[in-house]
Amino acid sequence: MTTTATEPLLSAEGVTVRFGGLTALDDVGIRAVPGTVTGLIGPNGAGKTTLFNVLSGVLRPTAGTVTWKGAPPPGRRPHHLARAGIARTFQGLNLFPMMTVLDNVVVGADRLAAGGPLSLLTGLGRHHRDERELRSRAMAALERFGAAEHAHQLPATLPYGVQKQVALARACVGEPEALLLDEPASGLSGGQIDALADQIRDFGRDMAVVLVEHHMDLVMRVCDHIVVLNFGRVISTGTPAQIQADPLVAQAYLGTSDDGAADPAPTAAPAPAADSAPDPDPGNGAAR
Amino acid sequence: MSSPIRQCAERASAPGSAPASASPKPVAASPGDRWRGLPSPLRHLLLAALGLAAVTALLLVTGDLTALRVAAVGYTMLAIAGLQLLVGGSGQVSLGHGAFMMIGAYAMALLVLYQPMLPLAANLLIIVALSVVAGIAVGAATARLHGPYLAGATLILAVGLPGLTHRYHDLLGGSNGLVIRTAGAPPLLQGLVSDSEWKALVVWTAVVIGLAALATVSTGRLGRRMRAIRDDETAAAMAGIPVGATKVVAFVIASAAGGLAGGLQAYVLGTATPSTFTLALSLTLLAGLVLGGIGSLWGALWASVAIVYLELWASDLARALDLSRDAENNLPIVFFGVVIILVLRFWPLGVHGALQRVTIRLRSREPR
Repeated sequence: MTTTATEPLLSAEGVTVRFGGLTALDDVGIRAVPGTVTGLIGPNGAGKTTLFNVLSGVLRPTAGTVTWKGAPPPGRRPHHLARAGIARTFQGLNLFPMMTVLDNVVVGADRLAAGGPLSLLTGLGRHHRDERELRSRAMAALERFGAAEHAHQLPATLPYGVQKQVALARACVGEPEALLLDEPASGLSGGQIDALADQIRDFGRDMAVVLVEHHMDLVMRVCDHIVVLNFGRVISTGTPAQIQADPLVAQAYLGTSDDGAADPAPTAAPAPAADSAPDPDPGNGAAR
Repeated sequence: MSSPIRQCAERASAPGSAPASASPKPVAASPGDRWRGLPSPLRHLLLAALGLAAVTALLLVTGDLTALRVAAVGYTMLAIAGLQLLVGGSGQVSLGHGAFMMIGAYAMALLVLYQPMLPLAANLLIIVALSVVAGIAVGAATARLHGPYLAGATLILAVGLPGLTHRYHDLLGGSNGLVIRTAGAPPLLQGLVSDSEWKALVVWTAVVIGLAALATVSTGRLGRRMRAIRDDETAAAMAGIPVGATKVVAFVIASAAGGLAGGLQAYVLGTATPSTFTLALSLTLLAGLVLGGIGSLWGALWASVAIVYLELWASDLARALDLSRDAENNLPIVFFGVVIILVLRFWPLGVHGALQRVTIRLRSREPR
């Protein structure tokens, strides 16, 4: 269960993010290795989503580096990283509200298609062949995520659980190598979370998965390696067993009798925090 | 909010929702599938040819005066269709669309005056190229602006550009503008079609080609990228869509359509004057788009018919009621405003949305 010796696919080292005088992340590192699930946990406001935004290129770190396949990423904007093979889901889902479910997923496959504007206008070349290919890929992804029957509906008309599956389908249809999941279990019922755990393990077989989550039993079940953040610093890393045994982690979540009164993030006990409030991280551009 | 919007999206995704001509609705399954199997540029060109044939038939049964109005509907429709791609497609609101029409119109006038030997097709291509350059300049400068800020920035263009005609009086002719003479019907067709009918046909040929290109873009990957950006920029970027570049491209395509429309207008009317391309024109185009239906290129057709004919009917009405000169001048604007309020009150998705609802209701009534 420990981190394998393979090189990390996506890693951040010494990342510091400051918003004015507020230090959201302070010298933080994380490594996403292919074939593993890396968990990123911490109380509300710990900087999890900020680190996510750095990994996905939404936010540029004040200091530190992000490395993709052992080299600097191919570009600094989110779409460069996405085209290179990093996909992410959002806390607030961020589905395209005025596009059908199928079109939502087709957009996720955009990076796989070729054929420029000339091919689009003339009908020669690959554009239109690739468009058909994208649609069938998207349809297959919807089948896989059990939302195929809703392909021609608008996202807002679907139950929340199905919308989550559509968001996952949109992230996975482009065959990413790294998948960043931002609180995929929030708002789901117990049975749905069990199914989600199987799905995440499944993703972890052929991708490097990074998971931000408040559901501790889900995190402990699916993660190979866990990074714990508190107040923008890494306070603990290791396997689920090591994390559960670490007194610093329990202290971050529950506080202690001597300095507990000073803890500004009095979160609920980690285990069944199903209705966790939206993360109030600064710079959380992805929130609804 | 949900039901009309759902219809809008269903329409956007329906493969048969191409503009420019009759939709292939009552066909049996197999020809329908074959139709959909065609590459979309070919499909849209066939629809464009059909549309041109329909306009030709209309011109044959109507008179000479109608021809000029039909031409006006044509170039207005092209301008609004470009705006539709920009506003409805990529979610950027431009109040400066009339300025691009002005660029096209003055380019046409200057080309006819100073390069009279160039054929019309070459003029139109030059105008498109020029509008593309102008679109890149403005689009790149405004790509980072959103919503009202973008509208404000483009507003400057609509307000400021007509002033250039006074600044460069010798070249652009001041408030009198430029007057040009364009060739009428070729000698071969002299007896068959009148000059204005010929011009209407030329305009519509260019218009249907432009519309076919817009429809191809709109139904293709580029159109989908624009809609994704309109709906959620962050999610679109994380799906690998270059947000800034796509927004600029949308702006450039819209300006090319606007410029071409302006060039065609100058060709038909034989003049290019600053008073034609005021802020009121840009606002009217945008209002017309909302009136016609913002979700579909079909909306551009109803919008252009409304813009051209409502004004006409309003002046006829004013004359019939024997109103004063001032009232006659202002009645079209009032009329247009009232119609927009009524349409938006009863059909929030515009004329096209209303028609869509009627056809859906009729079809669901048919026993299958």
